[in-house]
Amino acid sequence: MAFAAALRDAAKATAVAFGLFVVMVGLRTDVGPTGALFLRTRWPEVAMLCAAIFAARLAMGLWVMPRFMKAAGSSMSGPLARIGTFFGMGLLVVAVILPAIPGIERGQIDLAILVLTYIMLGWGLNIVVGLAGLLDLGYVAFYAVGAYSYALLAQYFGLSFWVCLPLAGILAAFWGILLGFPVLRLRGDYLAIVTLAFGEIIRIILLNWVDLTGGPNGISGIPRPTFFGLPFNMSGDPGTFAHFFGLEPSPTHRVVFLYYLILCLALLTNWVTIRIRRQPIGRAWEALREDEVACRALGINVTTTKLTAFALGAMFGGFAGAFFATRQAFISPESFTFIESAMILAIVVLGGLGSQLGVAVAAIVMIGGFELFRDLGEWRMLVFGAAMVVIMVLRPRGLVGSRTPTVALGRKRAIGAEFVGEGRG
Amino acid sequence: MSTTTTGILRVDALTMRFGGLLAVDAVSFEVPRGTITALIGPNGAGKTTVFNCITGFYRPTGGGVHLATHDGRDVVLNRLKDHNIARAGVARTFQNIRLFAGMTALENLLIAQHGPLHKATGFGIGALLGISGYKAAEAAAIDHAAGWLRAIGLLDRADDPAGSLPYGDQRRLEIARAMCTGPSLLCLDEPAAGLNPRESDDLAKLLLAIRDGTATSAAPTSILLIEHDMGIVMRISDHVVVLDHGRKIAEGRPAAIRQDPHVIAAYLGEAEEE
Amino acid sequence: MAYALQQLINGVSLGMIYGLIAVGYTMVYGIIGMINFAHGDIFMIGAFIALTAMVMLVSGGLMEGPAAILLVLAISMTFTALYGWTVERIAYRPLRGSFRLAPLISAIGMSIVLQNFVQVSQGARVKPLEPQLPGGIELMREGTFVVQLSYMQMLIIVSTLTVLAIFTWLVTRTPLGRAMRACEQDRKMASLLGIDTDRTISLTFVIGASLAAVAGTLYLLRYGVIDFYIGFLAGVKAFTAAVLGGIGSLPGAVLGGLLIGLIETFWSAYFSVQYKDVAAFSILAITLIFMPTGLLGRQEVEKV
Repeated sequence: MAFAAALRDAAKATAVAFGLFVVMVGLRTDVGPTGALFLRTRWPEVAMLCAAIFAARLAMGLWVMPRFMKAAGSSMSGPLARIGTFFGMGLLVVAVILPAIPGIERGQIDLAILVLTYIMLGWGLNIVVGLAGLLDLGYVAFYAVGAYSYALLAQYFGLSFWVCLPLAGILAAFWGILLGFPVLRLRGDYLAIVTLAFGEIIRIILLNWVDLTGGPNGISGIPRPTFFGLPFNMSGDPGTFAHFFGLEPSPTHRVVFLYYLILCLALLTNWVTIRIRRQPIGRAWEALREDEVACRALGINVTTTKLTAFALGAMFGGFAGAFFATRQAFISPESFTFIESAMILAIVVLGGLGSQLGVAVAAIVMIGGFELFRDLGEWRMLVFGAAMVVIMVLRPRGLVGSRTPTVALGRKRAIGAEFVGEGRG
Repeated sequence: MSTTTTGILRVDALTMRFGGLLAVDAVSFEVPRGTITALIGPNGAGKTTVFNCITGFYRPTGGGVHLATHDGRDVVLNRLKDHNIARAGVARTFQNIRLFAGMTALENLLIAQHGPLHKATGFGIGALLGISGYKAAEAAAIDHAAGWLRAIGLLDRADDPAGSLPYGDQRRLEIARAMCTGPSLLCLDEPAAGLNPRESDDLAKLLLAIRDGTATSAAPTSILLIEHDMGIVMRISDHVVVLDHGRKIAEGRPAAIRQDPHVIAAYLGEAEEE
Repeated sequence: MAYALQQLINGVSLGMIYGLIAVGYTMVYGIIGMINFAHGDIFMIGAFIALTAMVMLVSGGLMEGPAAILLVLAISMTFTALYGWTVERIAYRPLRGSFRLAPLISAIGMSIVLQNFVQVSQGARVKPLEPQLPGGIELMREGTFVVQLSYMQMLIIVSTLTVLAIFTWLVTRTPLGRAMRACEQDRKMASLLGIDTDRTISLTFVIGASLAAVAGTLYLLRYGVIDFYIGFLAGVKAFTAAVLGGIGSLPGAVLGGLLIGLIETFWSAYFSVQYKDVAAFSILAITLIFMPTGLLGRQEVEKV
């Protein structure tokens, strides 16, 4: 009986797949030499796709689903949460010694820098979405504000990275408050869509205000960071980093320095978040996520509480943006599209709202995985999107769905995801 | 019983209109200090609307709500934003319990002490850097919370998520949470709804203890409650206000209310319709 | 004056396309309370299927003119509806009743999948299609400026109104429409009363997708160029239209679409083309801040 049912199910799926692919894959329009469109047919591809779907669906019906159902029956509560602390410490140790590990080359450190940037952005957004429960789809706007703040301040006023870094954070926080103030009384999805709109508005302005931002050409020649005044370069002249420390000049120095810089920034984000979660303000954020009406009845000023979360998240986005600008030495509006916001949000949700460790693991998996699949070329985004759907369907609460209490009379015990709220504002 | 003539809360010609519907029509009454005052009436009488106007969830169309604070000032509640109403000394619970389900019982009670704690942290900045007297303030807040957990018999469940507690415990925890804001007036929206007789008894004792200031070290607190369970209303109330169709039809001691022909008519009228 | 009139005509025809997409957003939001982020990409798929069908019919020399357009419309609606159904089945149904953010993320994932699927299968280059219905009626002449109502614009207006009329009949007069409205009010109650809510929701997606296919086809015929990325902007603007009209309200979605189309056209004509999207986004923000229920939306009273 099981086999017949699985067969019928697979046949149905194949029929649907045929309908989906017969036009979009089977027929391809291309621009001919005259500029007019002509059609090419690709029936074998359609047949192959349908066969693949049939096989996959049949396999799922026969083996995967029954087993999965059994597994779902047993406890699935966050494997990460259980081994949490040790795993986190291990990750931290690896992160600290990474550049010194034999066999690690420049390319891998570059990738690690990228991953850490997303971890930092994920942690920053986690304050807004994970703790305060405010759905922000325009987080990349603050990343952009930070990056452009540094680039413009350096270009027009010749300020150094170390002066600009705090300024970029403050400016981003200021924009967070400015944009947040009118919209924070909106609920759930409306807030999401308005923040998306703000993100796009900022990008379009960056794109069109050519006099200030260089428009689509972006800003190039952004000063690279110095080691507290000592520049990194290959000349080996007095006053450079290599000369001062008596080292052979090497391009790796700057990469390693950038790596430790972003590691420190990310850890700062983490430290502030963990610390503030145990403060009244952090508790108020979580209470807000659980029940806004009850917060108001307890005398909590909902507007300022939301604004602090928004501003703090924006500030870390701004720091990350300034780092991005100095690392790339070139920025353009193309780096700050909606897809970036979606990616950061996906990292937060896949990691598990409010969980610092989950976010870090999700960023490693998503960004690292994304880079690993570089060879897939244009298929890469397709796989990426599909992975987002699959992970959500299998683990809607992310990797770590449970929550650790901020204070306890006895021993702290993790709170199951079924109780933890998700926010509606 | 310590009923005095001074009211803690004065509702003055309160009127609330939703579009064309007049839900509350010039209702006036007082909550005497140190009492349990019950607001009763048949379904649709406007009790919840009055309640929401007092606690700031609705802005009344007309009239005023005045609170006499601890230090004897007169505060016009209906001009305040809702979180400032709570800060002025009015705490409330909800008909459908609104605890922070994913946070522990203890955390729930600490959030209720947000105002003073937040001030002690230097608004977040001082405590982040590890300076300021936050540690001491937090320890005091935890002590205060533990006192309330003991009073409601939930001390051993302090570290359990509020959402995992049985219904009756959640009701009492919500009351404790409201009390942790240090109110001068506690407003309860149908606190006995859904409780079994034994839980109702416990609740009655708790409310009397809150009124008399014997539940914890907290000062005696006046209570205003909406309740459908006439048994508990008649047992614990010192003062009863009866609404029907948005108007006040009677006010007085429970014994007198029981005999009042208007009240009987209002309730019987409802019974006939049902 | 003549210039303004021309803009009015252009704005209305653009607005009708937005309105058709907006109906899909509003229906889905009404019934399952989520923003179907992939809806803009469904519109894009509709345009691509229409393009393929058009090229097949016309360059194959099988048919041309209005008959071809009607057939293309039917083909596009059918196949796009299948995409709508599949998206719901794969990405949303397993997450029904789950954590609120999960369907949103899986919708964003689906949107990425659809865009890149089209990029891979049809290529990243823009596809130009020569005008299928050239010419129009000259309405007015002022100096050298001619106000023209093109046949294409007439087609857009007529087919939008027809489709919307059929659709309105469907949701107000048929058992399916009743089931949809019941699910919108209270899904649990509806299922207790014997309504197959899964099927109703599926059908909502199918209808929404076929309306988006109509919009995609008309967009293709009107502008003549499409690429795999058109879904994002059109989607956001159509969502803006749905919100402006009051989300959940079907006439509101159409009204919102018209307003967005007009605002965008007039803004481009009189102020700045570069910032036309800023105009649309700003209106979205302003509407939500000052009028969160939109023009024709229902007022929601917070219960405590």
